[in-house]
Amino acid sequence: MKLEGKVALVTGASRGIGREIALELAREGANVAVNYAGSEAKASEVAEEIRAMGREAILVQADVSQSVSVDAMIKQTTEAFGRIDILVNNAGITKDNLLMRMKEADWDDVININLKGVFLCTKAVTRQMMKQRSGRIINISSIVGVSGNAGQANYVAAKSGVIGLTKTTAKELATRGITVNAVAPGFITTDMTDKLTEEQKSEMLKQIPLARLGEPTDIAKTVLFLASEDSRYMTGQTLHIDGGMVM
Amino acid sequence: MAEVLERVTKIIVDRLGVDEAQVSLEASFKDDLGADSLDVVELVMELEDEFNMEISDDDAEKIATVGDAVNYINGKM
Repeated sequence: MKLEGKVALVTGASRGIGREIALELAREGANVAVNYAGSEAKASEVAEEIRAMGREAILVQADVSQSVSVDAMIKQTTEAFGRIDILVNNAGITKDNLLMRMKEADWDDVININLKGVFLCTKAVTRQMMKQRSGRIINISSIVGVSGNAGQANYVAAKSGVIGLTKTTAKELATRGITVNAVAPGFITTDMTDKLTEEQKSEMLKQIPLARLGEPTDIAKTVLFLASEDSRYMTGQTLHIDGGMVM
Repeated sequence: MAEVLERVTKIIVDRLGVDEAQVSLEASFKDDLGADSLDVVELVMELEDEFNMEISDDDAEKIATVGDAVNYINGKM
């Protein structure tokens, strides 16, 4: 196992990609703090699955866009496990619309959760990781943060921001043994992408050289690599896990 | 006062690998003791643990010399 005895905190871990990441890290030996914002029942299921593997799991409710909430989450996690080796900033939402139709509140909500949330969680966990002189921070961006996407100005701006934040945090923390990398998923089958119309989906399929949609496990395996010793000589990078959509 | 200085000095010597004789009240962390910005952040974190107090980001930014740190801690104790 690659993560024996490690402690991971995964934000937005009750569903979709976050859920799969939490389970994958646990399969490789990590104890996991399962963060959720509202879906407590689903988050408990994830925690139960992790416990069934013989690992420890705790549930931590937090709105990642609120610093008070985030600080409490980090405190709860370090109190339960004594350390945090891996932070996966995965929590995210979409509120899509054409720029001309996008409400200011929809812009703010997406930026606050998808971008400010990464900043707050990273800032809060850094103290613990600096003391440990080691840590892995993995930010879930999106391939549209690289390519742009009509109808997602807020989401794209946030995900693009996450890539810049990843590079800067990587530079600031490198001397302390902390690596920071991002994953940019392409079109992955989750609740979030189920909202797209059939027409949108078939349009996207045409742009995917590997000619299929991705699955949450495709992202989880990449996160496992970035969380493990295998990736020790890389930091500040963004891995495109998108079936070849954007090269 | 003397006791605070002693404990602060020990942390600085451990963290920055400087000689105890260099750690005077006037010594600037960055200019005299070779600390970079991140070292200062870490020092403040260690002082918080050592003296069991919270130092806000605004206050931490004002701590530039050994004397600043000692005075701040004495003021809070």
